[in-house]
Amino acid sequence: MRFARIIMASCVALAAPTVAAAQAQGAPIVVASKPFGESYLLAEMFSQLLEAHGFSVLRRPGLGATEVAFGALRQDAIDVYPEYTGTGLLAILHDTLPDSIARDPRAVYDRVAQESARRYSVRWLPPLGFQNTYAIAVRRETADKYDIHTLSDLSRESGHLTAGFTADFIGRPDGLPGLERVYGLHLKAVRPLAPAVKYQALASSAVDVVDGYSTDGLLAKYDLVTLVDDRHFFPPYEAAAVVSNRLVRTMPGAIATLTLLSDRLSETRMRALNRRVEVNGENIQAVAAAALSDLGLVGSSAKTAASPGSTGDSGFWRYLWDRRVSLGSMAMRHILLVIIALGAAVLVAIPLGLVLERVRGAAEPTVRLLGAIQTIPSIAMLAFMIPLFGIGVVPALVALWLYALYPIARNTFTGVRDADSASVEAAEALGATPRQQLLSVRLPLAAPIIMAGVRTAAVITVGAATLAAFIGAGGLGEPIVAGLALADTRMVLSGAIPAAVLALIVDGLLAVVERAVTPAHLRHHQ
Amino acid sequence: MRASRTGNLRPVARCSTLYLVSVRSTPPSYVREIARSLGARNVVLRYGAVVALDGASIEVAAGQTLALVGESGSGKTTLLRCFNRMVEPDSGQVLVGDTDVKLESVTALRRHIGYVPQNGGLLPHWRVLRNVALVPRLLGLEDANELATRALDVVGMPASTFADRFPHELSGGQRQRVALARALAARPGVILLDEPFGALDAITRSDLHEAFENARDAFPVTMLLVTHDLAEAARLADQIAVMRAGHVEQHGSLNDLYSSPSTEYVSALIERALASSSRLKPR
Repeated sequence: MRFARIIMASCVALAAPTVAAAQAQGAPIVVASKPFGESYLLAEMFSQLLEAHGFSVLRRPGLGATEVAFGALRQDAIDVYPEYTGTGLLAILHDTLPDSIARDPRAVYDRVAQESARRYSVRWLPPLGFQNTYAIAVRRETADKYDIHTLSDLSRESGHLTAGFTADFIGRPDGLPGLERVYGLHLKAVRPLAPAVKYQALASSAVDVVDGYSTDGLLAKYDLVTLVDDRHFFPPYEAAAVVSNRLVRTMPGAIATLTLLSDRLSETRMRALNRRVEVNGENIQAVAAAALSDLGLVGSSAKTAASPGSTGDSGFWRYLWDRRVSLGSMAMRHILLVIIALGAAVLVAIPLGLVLERVRGAAEPTVRLLGAIQTIPSIAMLAFMIPLFGIGVVPALVALWLYALYPIARNTFTGVRDADSASVEAAEALGATPRQQLLSVRLPLAAPIIMAGVRTAAVITVGAATLAAFIGAGGLGEPIVAGLALADTRMVLSGAIPAAVLALIVDGLLAVVERAVTPAHLRHHQ
Repeated sequence: MRASRTGNLRPVARCSTLYLVSVRSTPPSYVREIARSLGARNVVLRYGAVVALDGASIEVAAGQTLALVGESGSGKTTLLRCFNRMVEPDSGQVLVGDTDVKLESVTALRRHIGYVPQNGGLLPHWRVLRNVALVPRLLGLEDANELATRALDVVGMPASTFADRFPHELSGGQRQRVALARALAARPGVILLDEPFGALDAITRSDLHEAFENARDAFPVTMLLVTHDLAEAARLADQIAVMRAGHVEQHGSLNDLYSSPSTEYVSALIERALASSSRLKPR
């Protein structure tokens, strides 16, 4: 009982900042981004600009993907993030426009802004001044060898080329399916690739074609050729700040401040900024501060030196040591997420497994259902959570809890079902009730198997908790998500290594618990 | 005392005085020291096409021991399990005392019938004393541990030495003694033993037979013993029932079976047993 109360209390404590942020009137403005470099940079610029005008800001960078970020905005769980009109049209509104206006940036912006306001009460601020459309890129040698300069050329040669596209691009109607339809593209093979590795994969000839963004800093670094969209398939992707209904209603001053950036960022300027972040590995805060200062929007005294920039050649351990405070607090957050989600799963799944032993008919369907939950991809799971729980710690806990149920319930049920039949039968024949047989004989005999399930669940949860960063729950996933977005291996490792160590520690501690609950006769044989 | 009507009983006074003052909310333990008769009448049990019991009938007078002998698959274990309703017959009547077992609550019935399974069936995660105190505890008896200690003494496993051992720390013979003590602890009027000594070597077996006889001397109890060993049956039982193909072929003392076998099967069984065991000597 007391354990349950502690969990409840910690749950509330963890959730408090999120809930408060979403509800209180004078609450900080929640600035979010999607998980790629340019989005991080723009969100940081929004944040610093707002802070310079006296607003308090809560940063939630790297939210899952379009569904997560836009879903959170609709729920007023975040207040602003950078989005692109083309994405708004096709991936959010699921609209198709007549060809006459589909290529006109102004018309597309008007349509997206109007419809978003009408359907979701979400506002698009005037565009920032640059487009970041999809850029299909090949190596220069490929372009020369096959004489490929346009997407039509690519389509002609596509039979012997292998593509590495982001999962997003493969699925979106304005991505691969549209290209196949409009250009008759038939690639030899299509490999789904994470954004962080696609340029490396292309440069090392693992694939021949990738999708990128026209403002990506890495396009220049690897000497790639971007192909001309000669049939004007891709709609305009004008970048703009999208803001929540809450912000529009309660903080017109913040809206005015964000609008200061409208039409100030040219494509050239943006590509240069992206390059500083993605290629040179400069610190995002510093790049954002410099950009705002160049634009004359913030005095040059802005706190550019506050955070250490990456120093390039200092060792990895030095890098970790420099970040020990923030890594420590992220690890603490991570541990809390794991303990609460796992604790709640144990409290539900073990009793459930025991009940299923008594109601055998329901057992397989129930356990299979939990298994089916296990197969839901984590990003999809997190996206499902947003309409129900918004973003932050609560939906992350619910998702982690759902993932942890299966191994515990499965092992509990199997363990008690298969407990030594001679012992169970003896207890039955001497007059133990079914309940007594279950709790006094089957349960203690199954304890090692149940604990094995808890250990499996614990390791899964430590790993899955890194994905909680996609919905702003923090933890060691934060540097992983940001590092993947920025193609910064060191940053990825600074989250991944502590997470792996944590998984080993948790498993080790639970091994001790497992030994303690193992009945004497089984311990004897170990 | 009602038990005295049944004639063949050993005196009860020796052990009853200990427990006269023991329990408040439940009846004093000595009340359960009444041996009850057993009866099965025309019991039939089928598992699909397989006929496990085909009109089996036995009678055991209170305080007597009946051995069920027969080859594997003859239905002796199945018949035994009808008495504590571990199996439910399709037809026929099974009586404990004067009561049809179907009329009793299944857990109450089982708590008043001792049971020693083939492999002992001790709970491996419990120490010896807790194992033996199982049934007294299920019955809510406050003197459960004293009852268990007393039962351990009877089977030659003094609690002072063995109470805190785990089953895996005992030899096979010791485990069977503990299983016997567990069956005795709550002083049931009936004990069912399903090949309790089957897996033991000859010397251990013989020691166990002594423990068995001590137990029977200490507590007035009706016993039903399943065994495939006719010599064991002859030593431990008052009566022997030979089972074959789900029914009782012949029912009587060893002398009856020897001097007037009712079927070819029985006489062949006796012949074979005599040839293989010097201990088996009909009087």
